[in-house]
Amino acid sequence: MLSIRNLHASVEDKAILKGLDLEVKAGEVHAIMGPNGSGKSTLGNVLAGRESYEVTEGEVLLDGKDLLDLAPEDRAREGVFLAFQYPVEIPGVSNINFLKTALNEIREYKGLPPMEARDFLNRVKEKQKLVEFDAKLANRSLNEGFSGGEKKRNEIFQLAMLDPKLAILDETDSGLDIDALRIVARGVNQLRSKDNAFIVITHYQRLLEYIVPDFVHVLYNGRIVRSGTKELALELEEKGYDWIKETVDAEGAV
Amino acid sequence: MSTKDDELLRELALEEYKYGFTTDIEMDIAPKGLTEDTVRLISAKKNEPEWLLEWRLKALRHFFKMEMPAWQNFEHPEVDFQDISYYAAPKAKPKLNSLDEVDPELLSTFEKLGIPLDEQKVLAGVVAVDAVFDSVSVKTTFREKLKEQGVIFCSFGEAVQEHPELVKQYLGTVVPQTDNIYAALNSAVFSDGSFVYIPKGVRCPMELSTYFRINAENTGQFERTLIIADEGAYVSYLEGCTAPMRDENQLHAAVVELVALKDAEIKYSTVQNWYPGDKDGKGGIYNFVTKRGLCKGDNSKISWTQVETGSAITWKYPGVILKGDHSVGEFYSVALTRNRQLADTGTKMVHLGKNTRSKIVSKGISAGVSHNSYRGLVKIGPGAENARNFTQCDSLLIGDRCGAHTFPYIESRNKTATLEHEATTSKIGEDQLFYLTQRGIDPEKAVGLIVNGYAKEVLNQLPMEFAVEAQKLLAISLEGSVG
Ligand SMILES: Nc1ncnc2c1ncn2[C@@H]1O[C@H](COP(=O)(O)OP(=O)(O)OP(=O)(O)O)[C@@H](O)[C@H]1O
Ligand SMILES: [Mg+2]
Repeated sequence: MLSIRNLHASVEDKAILKGLDLEVKAGEVHAIMGPNGSGKSTLGNVLAGRESYEVTEGEVLLDGKDLLDLAPEDRAREGVFLAFQYPVEIPGVSNINFLKTALNEIREYKGLPPMEARDFLNRVKEKQKLVEFDAKLANRSLNEGFSGGEKKRNEIFQLAMLDPKLAILDETDSGLDIDALRIVARGVNQLRSKDNAFIVITHYQRLLEYIVPDFVHVLYNGRIVRSGTKELALELEEKGYDWIKETVDAEGAV
Repeated sequence: MSTKDDELLRELALEEYKYGFTTDIEMDIAPKGLTEDTVRLISAKKNEPEWLLEWRLKALRHFFKMEMPAWQNFEHPEVDFQDISYYAAPKAKPKLNSLDEVDPELLSTFEKLGIPLDEQKVLAGVVAVDAVFDSVSVKTTFREKLKEQGVIFCSFGEAVQEHPELVKQYLGTVVPQTDNIYAALNSAVFSDGSFVYIPKGVRCPMELSTYFRINAENTGQFERTLIIADEGAYVSYLEGCTAPMRDENQLHAAVVELVALKDAEIKYSTVQNWYPGDKDGKGGIYNFVTKRGLCKGDNSKISWTQVETGSAITWKYPGVILKGDHSVGEFYSVALTRNRQLADTGTKMVHLGKNTRSKIVSKGISAGVSHNSYRGLVKIGPGAENARNFTQCDSLLIGDRCGAHTFPYIESRNKTATLEHEATTSKIGEDQLFYLTQRGIDPEKAVGLIVNGYAKEVLNQLPMEFAVEAQKLLAISLEGSVG
C-alpha cells in the first residue's frame, strides 16, 4: 500500500530524513520507535504533506500513486490520516461541523454525495461509543480547552469517523491514562482491517501490548536502522537506544 | 507565510464581486453639484412640507462651514462634493401600489440579489423587507400585516407624508445635523431610507429588513433611517447592501437614528457588502455613515451587530447614548478587509444614567494589504453611578502585509465605574490550516471555518436566517486567501 524509497527531507535547510525506506502492506501495523529528535514526527508530517517540510530526494507511493505530488487535502482524501502528536486548538469551530465538512469533502473527492444528516449523526454516535469519546466534547469547539488526553482521544474519534486507508498515529499514547490507553487501543484494533494499514509512532512498548504490531522499526538519525517483530520493542525497552546508536555510529564510521 | 500562500493571496484579490452587475433602467437623475437649489429640488421631488425643507437648508449651511475630519487612521480621500449627483430615482409611476407596477427590470435586480419582494415568496412571513434602489424605496412588504399591530414600517419618504408628527418629533434628536460633516451632508440631501415605529408594549412580530442598492453612476447614496421603539416595545431590524462594480468611487453617507423609550429594546443588525473596489484599489464605495442609538428611557436596550465585508473605505462608529437608568448598550462587530480595503470602525458608548451597562465585542480580520482599525470610545458621565463597560477587541491577520490597529479611548468622570478591556492579535496559524487540510478540507474552506469560528460570538447575535448568510459571506470574501 505504502512504499517509501530513499526519502530525504529537510526543515529550514536542515536535513532530517536521510534516506528512509519503508514498505507497508494493507492489513499491516508497523510500529516506529526511536530516540527524541530522530525524525519520527517529521516522517508523519512529510507523508501528510506539511508545507514547511521539503522533500529533497526519494519517492513515496500510495497504492502506486505519487503521494508527494498531492496537496495535503488530496492526500487526506486519498486516505492518509495523521493523528497529531500535538493537536491544535481551533476556537469557535465546532468539532461536529468540522468533521462533517471533512467527511463530505472526502466523499466529494470520491464522487459520493454528502452524507445524509441522519446517517452522519448515527455514525457520530457509533464512533463516539467505539472510542468512548464524551458526547459533550464532540459538540464543543475543536480541541479548545481540551485536556491533553482528551485531544488525543479526539484524534482517534476523528480517525474512526473518517476511516482512512493509512493512519499514522504520532505518539497517541503519550498523555493518555491507563484506561484511556486501553480504550484507544481497542478502538484502533476494531478499526483494523485487511484493507487498511497503521503506522504507530511510540516510545513505549506498553502500547504495543495492546496494538500488536506486525513489524517494529527503529528510526535513528533520519533512517530506519533496525527492523524486526514485536520482540524488538521489548529488547529496546530493556536495553535503551545506546546499543543501537553505538552499532549504527560504528557502521557509519567505517 | 510561504510562497504558496502568497500565490493564493494574490488569487484572492481576483475573486470576483458577485453583486457587481448594473441594472439598465430609465433613471431620473439630478444634475451634479450641490447648492441650495439641489436641496430644494430634492425636497420638491419628494413633495416635502416646508419645515423639512428649512431643516435641510439649515444642515446645508452647516455643511458648507464644516471641515473634513483628520483623526482617522487612513488618508482621507479627496471627495469632490460638486461632482456628485444627489438624487437618482427609477423613472416610474409616482406611487406604487402593487408589485405589478414595479419595473420588472428592478424586480429582477432584487431577485438576483436574493431579495424577495414578492410577499408570497418570503419565508413564511418571518421577514418584512423594504428595498431601496439608489435614492428611493421600491417596495415595502408585509405592511398590512404589520399595521394590524400598529407597527409602522415604510420608506422614510412615506413617513414624512403619512406620519409627519413622528418624524418631526424625532428627526435629528440622536444625530444632530452638526455631529460631523457627513451627518450634515446627509441631513441636507438625504433621499430615502426606512422608518419604523413600534407602539407601546408591542413586540414586532417579524424581523424587519431593508436592502440598499446603489446602481446609478456618479451618484451618492444618502439614506436616512429612523427607528422608534415606544415604551416596552421590541424590534429586530436588519439592513443589507450591495452595489455594482464601477471604476469610480461612490459615496455612501447614511444616518441611522434609533430611539428606545422606557423598557424598549432595539436590535439593529447590518450585513454590509458594498462593492470594495478591485485588487488595486480602483473603485469601491466610500462608506461614511453615522449610526447612533439613544436609550432614552430607563431599562431600555440597544444592540448593534455589524458584519462589514465590503466598501473601499468604511468609516463608522455605531454608538449608544445610555441616558436612561439601567439601560444597556451593545456593539458586536466583525469587520473583514482585504486587498486595499480600509476600515476604521468601532463604537461610542456614552454612559449618562445610573447603573448603565455596555458591552463591546469587536473582531477584525485583515488580509491582503488592507488595514483594519478598531476605534472605540467609552465615556462615563459624572452622573453615571456604577456604570460598567466590558470591551474585547480581537484582530486576526491573514498574511503579513496587512495591518490591524486598535484605538480604545476611555473618558471616565465617575469613580464608581467599572471598566474592563481585553485585546488580542492573532494570525491564522499554519498549524491550524494544516490540521484542517490534513482532514481533507479544502484550504479555502479551512480559512472560512477558522474565520467563522473566530467571529462566532458576533455571528451568534444575528437573527438565524442572516447568520447563515453572513457566514457564507465571510467565507466567500476570503476565498483563496491562504494555502
Ligand atoms: N519545524 C521545524 N523547524 C526546525 N526544526 C525542526 C522542525 N521540525 C522538526 N525539526 C527538527 O527535526 C528533528 C526531528 O524532529 P522530529 O519532531 O521529527 O523528531 P521526533 O523523532 O518526532 O522526536 P520526539 O520523539 O521528541 O517526538 C529535530 O531535531 C527537530 O528539532
Ligand atoms: Mg515526534
